[in-house]
Amino acid sequence: MVNTKVTLSGIELDNPIIPASGTFGFGYEFAYLYDINMLGTFSFKGTTKDARFGNPTPRIAETASGMLNSVGLQNPGVEKVISEELPKLKSVFNKKVMANVSGFSVEDYAYTCEKLDSEEQIGWFEVNISCPNVHGGGLAFGTSAKNAEAVTKAVKKVTNKPVYIKLSPNVTDITEIAKACEAGGADGVSLINTLLGMRIDLKTKKPILANKMGGFSGSAIKPVALRMVYQVYDAVKIPIIGMGGISTAEDVIEMMLAGATAVQVGAANLVDPFACKHIIEDLPRVMEKYRINNLTDIIGGAHNG
Amino acid sequence: MMKQGIYKILFNFELAPKVFRMVLEGDTSALLSPGQFVNIKIDGLYLRRPISVCDYDKKTIVLIYKVVGEGTEKLSRMQAGEELDLLVGLGNGFNAENDCKNPLVIGGGVGIPPLYNLCKELIKFGKKPTVILGFNTKDEIFYEEVFKLLGIDVYVTTVDGSYGTKGFVTDVMKNLQYDYFYTCGPMPMFKAIEGIATTSGQYSFEERMGCGFGACMGCSCKTKYGNKRICKDGPVLEREEIVW
Repeated sequence: MVNTKVTLSGIELDNPIIPASGTFGFGYEFAYLYDINMLGTFSFKGTTKDARFGNPTPRIAETASGMLNSVGLQNPGVEKVISEELPKLKSVFNKKVMANVSGFSVEDYAYTCEKLDSEEQIGWFEVNISCPNVHGGGLAFGTSAKNAEAVTKAVKKVTNKPVYIKLSPNVTDITEIAKACEAGGADGVSLINTLLGMRIDLKTKKPILANKMGGFSGSAIKPVALRMVYQVYDAVKIPIIGMGGISTAEDVIEMMLAGATAVQVGAANLVDPFACKHIIEDLPRVMEKYRINNLTDIIGGAHNG
Repeated sequence: MMKQGIYKILFNFELAPKVFRMVLEGDTSALLSPGQFVNIKIDGLYLRRPISVCDYDKKTIVLIYKVVGEGTEKLSRMQAGEELDLLVGLGNGFNAENDCKNPLVIGGGVGIPPLYNLCKELIKFGKKPTVILGFNTKDEIFYEEVFKLLGIDVYVTTVDGSYGTKGFVTDVMKNLQYDYFYTCGPMPMFKAIEGIATTSGQYSFEERMGCGFGACMGCSCKTKYGNKRICKDGPVLEREEIVW
């Protein structure tokens, strides 16, 4: 019997599989397809202080082995998340959930996290300082070590729950940002958010996305994500949630070998709504194949020797 | 409720230039109303391709699609006997079960297919639909005869006047009596209809989608009753709620 359990800042997960924010809503679009309690946990839709519609459409485009999105943090705002979404979530999910939070100023982040802090079902905060789709927003924090540290400190002040900072790959040196988060008191980091990308329609000769640019995700970005998780693992002591192009149990193991304690699955959920279920069901077989008894043992395994 | 399954292609042939009719065999129990769609996984492409359901019965699904890009191009080259991975029963379709008696059913080009099953449903509920099908030119016309076999009045318009009434669907619509309307087609047609319609109605919208089942918020639109997802709360919206 293999052991798929991992521990994320003191909270044990049955397995390291976490649907990524923005690909899983608040859980219930998937809860009628399969029992989502089989997940390690999931990161809910990025929540901001005020309700947001997001960017104009089209805000989805396809790429080779991946996709672009420029949704732009559509969400009902923190008040409604607390009054409407979380009670609904409670009826379909009995584990601790990861609260993904975004903002446009240090105060915004602190405000939203403080509001959510009293929600018992929230196990961790995942603070998104790296959304590429909001002008003057998240990305400004994710690309400056100083700002990343300031947001981390501000959020840590308003909650005792573990705080993970979600990092942008659209930087010269991601380890510098990760170190700043660690210095600011982050309990962990999650990476990578989407890569900034573009597609152009040959018929109209204009960018496909109304917002012109968008976040690139899907299988195509896995090597970039692995490289960055590997680098950050060497740079900080805090745990890493790895993500970027994960769609199979083999990918999960690869990401853990690079240094991830848990692994998020994003775009794959959109193509196959059962992606996480399949990965979780497949994981023991793949662990046996590669003679892994305890998943925890392989975290950062690629760094040894 | 959406279901995922493997469907076998029974037929896939060209009805009109670049317009194909595909019949698939498999579980259709997830289809609940006309105007719903399926989302098709195509080898070599990352995102699924949403295609509206033209008709269905207990074991088969009929899709009519136009080759407009890489996905539909690949789909058009598939052969009977091959299999496809589909998400079935997506979207909020047309409501055929309302108070109207003589609805107009207006389709433009590849917006026409879902209206076929709609007409069957309307007839089932004792209504007498009248159909207007709009095309650019005679060569593009498909399904006129199939609609006529339902025993209903069918008007065809062509922009160049090569068949039927010369002009747009609204050139026929403005002279007809009706107590409700249903429509699917391109946005300029919708705007023309909106300009002259005298009753309530339902519009079926199109948008670039990520997932097709309400998870990614890729295809959101604003309505008078708040934000809606074209894939999940739509594609059919009621006239009263639409923000143009």
